[in-house]
This record gives sequence, C-alpha cells and structure tokens, in this order.
Amino acid sequence: MANMPVSEMRLPPHLAHLLAARRLDTAKDVLSLPEVELMAILDAGLPTARAAVALVSEAACPPYQTALALLEERVRLGGGVRLATTLCGLDEALGGGIPMGKLTEVVGPSGIGKTQFCLKLALLAALPEYYGGLDGRVVYIDTEFKFSSRRMIEIGQKSFPQIFRQEGLAQKMAGRILVTRPTSLADFTKSLEEMKVTLLQHDVKLLIVDSMAALMSLENEKATAGFRQHPLRWTLSFLKSIAEFSRVPVVVTNQVRSQSNDDGYHFSFEVDKKDGNKCAERFDSHLVAALGIQWAHAVTVRLVFESHSGHRFIKVAKSPMSPAVAFPFIVESSGITLLSDESIDVTGPGITSIHCQGQNVLAR
Amino acid sequence: MEHNRSPYPDAVTFQGPRMLGICSLTSSHRNTSLLVLVTSMTYLVAGFTAKKLLRSVVSQGLVKLNWGMLCLLMNTSAADLPTKYDLFFRIQLAINVQIPVEYGGLGGKAVYIDTEGSFMVERVYQIAEGCIRDILEHFPHSHEKSSSGQKQLQPEHFLADIYYFRICSYTEQIAVINYLEKFLGEHKDVRIVVIDNVTFHFRQDFEDLALRTRVLSGLSLKLMKIAKTYNLAVVLLNQVTTKFTEGSFQLTLALGDSWSHSCTNRLILYWNGNERYAHLDKSPSLPVASAPYAVTGKGIRDAVSSHHKRARVT
Repeated sequence: MANMPVSEMRLPPHLAHLLAARRLDTAKDVLSLPEVELMAILDAGLPTARAAVALVSEAACPPYQTALALLEERVRLGGGVRLATTLCGLDEALGGGIPMGKLTEVVGPSGIGKTQFCLKLALLAALPEYYGGLDGRVVYIDTEFKFSSRRMIEIGQKSFPQIFRQEGLAQKMAGRILVTRPTSLADFTKSLEEMKVTLLQHDVKLLIVDSMAALMSLENEKATAGFRQHPLRWTLSFLKSIAEFSRVPVVVTNQVRSQSNDDGYHFSFEVDKKDGNKCAERFDSHLVAALGIQWAHAVTVRLVFESHSGHRFIKVAKSPMSPAVAFPFIVESSGITLLSDESIDVTGPGITSIHCQGQNVLAR
Repeated sequence: MEHNRSPYPDAVTFQGPRMLGICSLTSSHRNTSLLVLVTSMTYLVAGFTAKKLLRSVVSQGLVKLNWGMLCLLMNTSAADLPTKYDLFFRIQLAINVQIPVEYGGLGGKAVYIDTEGSFMVERVYQIAEGCIRDILEHFPHSHEKSSSGQKQLQPEHFLADIYYFRICSYTEQIAVINYLEKFLGEHKDVRIVVIDNVTFHFRQDFEDLALRTRVLSGLSLKLMKIAKTYNLAVVLLNQVTTKFTEGSFQLTLALGDSWSHSCTNRLILYWNGNERYAHLDKSPSLPVASAPYAVTGKGIRDAVSSHHKRARVT
C-alpha cells in the first residue's frame, strides 16, 4: 500500500498530472512530505496540496474492519486452533497452545532446555491431526548447529510410541521437517525471503528460529550501538509479517546476557527513591534477555525458562491471554515434561526476571 | 463517596470500587511503564481512588471536557521486560468508551489503529464480557427500565463498535490519520481513537531525522485538530528509549524531545514494589500524582489489597 503508484489512484486529472510532473510517483513520496514542502514542490496553493494529500491518503489507507468481523473471520479460518504443546498446564495457561500468526519467544540461560522444547514443537507440528498435530511441514532455522534428528526421533519414540512403531512413519515425519543452517545474517535474510513463497506452496505449519540472538551477535562486532538496531528491526518486522500473512506460529529462541546494575531502567521521577538501594544493587548482577527492548515489545508471547531453588521453571512472562504463572519442568528422554500442571502464581516484577542458579542434573 | 453533580444520576451507583475510568491505568513492571497522555477525561489526582477517577470521567463527560487534548501512551520496556499490560490498557479503553449512557458511560464507538499486530480479538471479547458483568452487577435495578439498553449489552455489540485498522508502514500510518477526518465525518459516534504504537514505523525506516520531526509534528497537529473537531479522545502509544542525563541512564520518550512537546498529558505506568502504579507526569491542570491499579481477567480494575484471590483468566 505504501508503494501504490499515484497513477492507479483515480485522482482528478489536474492533480494526477501535477504529481506526475514533479515525479511524485507513489503514495510514499506524497505522504512523506509535510504540507508546506508539498506546496513548494507542486508550486500550488494550500487547498490544492491539501486536496492532493487527502485523496492520496484515502486511496492508500488500508480498509477497516470491525473487531466483530475480525473475530468471525478468525473463527471461520479455524484460527481458534493453536499448536498444543502437550504440556497440559502450559496449554491451559496459553489458551490452547502456541498462537497462530504471532511471534512466540523462548528465552533462557544456556542449557536449560530451549532447543529441546523447539524439537518437541517441531515434532508436534509434523504429526498427523489424528494424534493432535498440525499435519504439516516445519521449517527449522538452526543457527547454532544444535539440531539433531536422532534426538528428535528419540523424543518421538518415547512420547508417542504407538505412532513410531509403524513402519516408515518416522521417516515420513522426519521428511517433513526442513532444516536450514544460515551462517550469517545476510544468509538468514535471504532464506527468509525465499521462505515466504515456500510457506504457502508447501503447506508449512510452523517456523522455528533457533536462535535469533546468535545471528545478531555476529553482526555486533562490526556495528556501533545505534546501527545495531537496524538489521534487527528489519528482520523483526519481516518475521511478523510472515507470521501474520501465512498464519503460522513462529517460535524464536533468545539468549540471555548479564546486566550489572539497573541503569537505564528508571524514569527520572523514580531515581530519587532508588538512591537508598543503589549500593546493594551495584554488586548484584542479574540476567536480562538479549536482543533489547524493541524485540521485547514485538513478540506476542514470551516464555521464560529459568532455574532456581533446584528446579527448572517455564514462566509465561508475556501473554495477552494468561496471568503470570510458572510451571516446574524437567528434561527427559521424551523431551520436556511438566512436573506439575498446577501453575504457580508469580506476583510482582518477578515475572520478567530470569534466574539461573544451581540447575539440577538431567534426570535419566 | 462525595456528592457529585453528575448529569447522569445513575452514574453515582455505577462508580463501583472496581472499575476504572476510560484511561484505565495498567500496572506495569518496574521497568515496564506506559506513558499515557490522557485527555482531560481522566484525571489522576493524588490520593483519589478509582472512584473519583470514574466520577470525574463520567460526570464531566461531554459537558466540561476540553476535548482538544491529545493522549499519548508510551510504552517503556527494558530489555527483559515484556509489555503485555499495555495491551490490556488499550483494549480497556476501547471497551470502556462503549458503556451505554444510561450506565454512566459514553455510549460511543472506538477506532483502533494497530501498527504492530498485537491486537488479540479473543482478549477483547473477554474484557467486554467482564465489563458487562460489572455493569449488570452495579445496575441490577435499571434493567427493567431500559430493556432496549440491555439488549445492547452483549460482547458482540461491543466488538462491532470497534473499528480496526491494521497498518504496515509509516506511509499507511500517515494515510490513515489523514483519512480519519473523512471517516469521522461519516461515523459521528466515535468517541475515542487509539493508535497503538505511533513510533514503531518511524523508528525503523526514516533516515532523515529532520524530516521525521517535521512529519511527526504535522501528524500531531492533525490529531489535535481531530480531537477538537469531533469531540473525542485520542490515545497514542509510544515507546521509550534510554537517555544519558544527570550522570546516569534514564528512560525517556522515544522520537525525541519535539514529539514529547506535542502531548498534553502524560501518564507513566510502572511497578512500585509488587504493585502497579500510574503516575501523572504532565498535565496542564492537575498536580503530579500516582494511583495503584491491577490487571485481572476482566481487564483493568482498581487495586485491591494484596491478600485477595486473584481472578484467573479462563
């Protein structure tokens, strides 16, 4: 819509000629200019400039819908379906599972089980609907070379033994999962662009990026702080648009980094209150998610994996549909299992902090 | 509850302790705050609870409000802090504006302009249901009086009164705001325009910062004009970024200082210990103040004591 050519807009002839003569060919050209500058370029009076802007805006504006129409459309397209993770407590908290058409983030310290979670999700999406899957293909973008098909088959055999006993089904399932290994951000961007067509043609039902932070850290060496944001922003909006456009769930993994103090997280009116605690906080380093504020804004659902008091927890840190809850889990041969379906309410700011203390050894 | 001179006598009973006014304040994480520039519809005054907030919203309603003010919602989030609560907030606004007049609301429609795609329809439905339940709870006696009004109290009707625009680039954003003038001329019962994340696109693609400032000031003037001409509230969402001032990094409004001037009121949402607070940071007529609030399954509500059983989302 932004690049809609002026010639297609059915403007009155004198305006169309005026805009074409000054080489304002798309809606973007016309609307990016403030009124006064437009007047100067067109060499016309204020009413003409205003009329031009109003007409171009009306043509370039996307159509509106009522929220009710949205809901009905959602229901009609089967949008109520979500990708169930088979972790009952988590599914209940998320309103059925991972939402379609939105970005879901999985963040946590290293070795906590993020990749295991993604493997299980990939398997679930490839399963036939009869067994609760989405019966579709999966695109798994693996930047850290952690994908292991052997592990995935093991998860499958232990979680769904009756399915995998059938001949050839394991091969068929594995054949539905497409793994790509981009080595740089440019590679990743290129494969994303090609992905858009693939997603529709090949009935892809899930896109997993494991992990996003690894790609970005490659770029950080050469870029200054301000510039670093640009490749991320573009990737971000592209991922979101793919998700919405093709209505597949997109799951992205994120890493953590340390933060030694709370600089940059207060407003000016809050600073006075914090002075008393400053000394204690200065020596306390805590973990924050990588990729920054913009990323945190843009994801729809955020699952924080953390460990403390000897157990690992999945926290639903950000979700429009659920309260702030946590579930204890372990990683076994059949993948991730919840120790309890009863959620633990997390009150206060604790929901977004990430702990990493004393992980217990993998249970076997 | 103090005596009020509301033109809507039923509004007195409607001021339940649990429903906040139009610009409900969502509590936020300590590092997640919403800067809300509210219209004079919502007055956040020190020590006043939601009761008075609602009273001022409702009683002053269309009569005394100075409609030409602009709302700016700012969403701040530090690196690890998600921002789910601002979503509740915006949706709560869009729902509250539709409370029928006989129940103390405005009985209007809402325009929701979404730039990030974070509008979740299922959640809107939930909040609408919660709102209706609260209305029915507080006005049990007025059912018989207004049978036609009651028919309107279905969540589907609330949803049908929200006009949703999804825009994907800053050009479309400018186009929508320009088009709004014509749209509002045709739909005269719109009472609130919520723009979710006015900064998202402008932070991505604009290389020429000076041009960006000029375009943004043009936008804000247009929005002010719309607010004034059509007698409605405009609520914008913004983001925050960090700034190095007074020897430390602090959170501040995105899009620069010039954009922060175009807002009339500003409301910041933040965590204070375990409670969510809203802080009125900038207002032409009210002093700086804070008030607590809570997010529940039914939407944004007044803060209750910490020993309550939290409402769960089903």
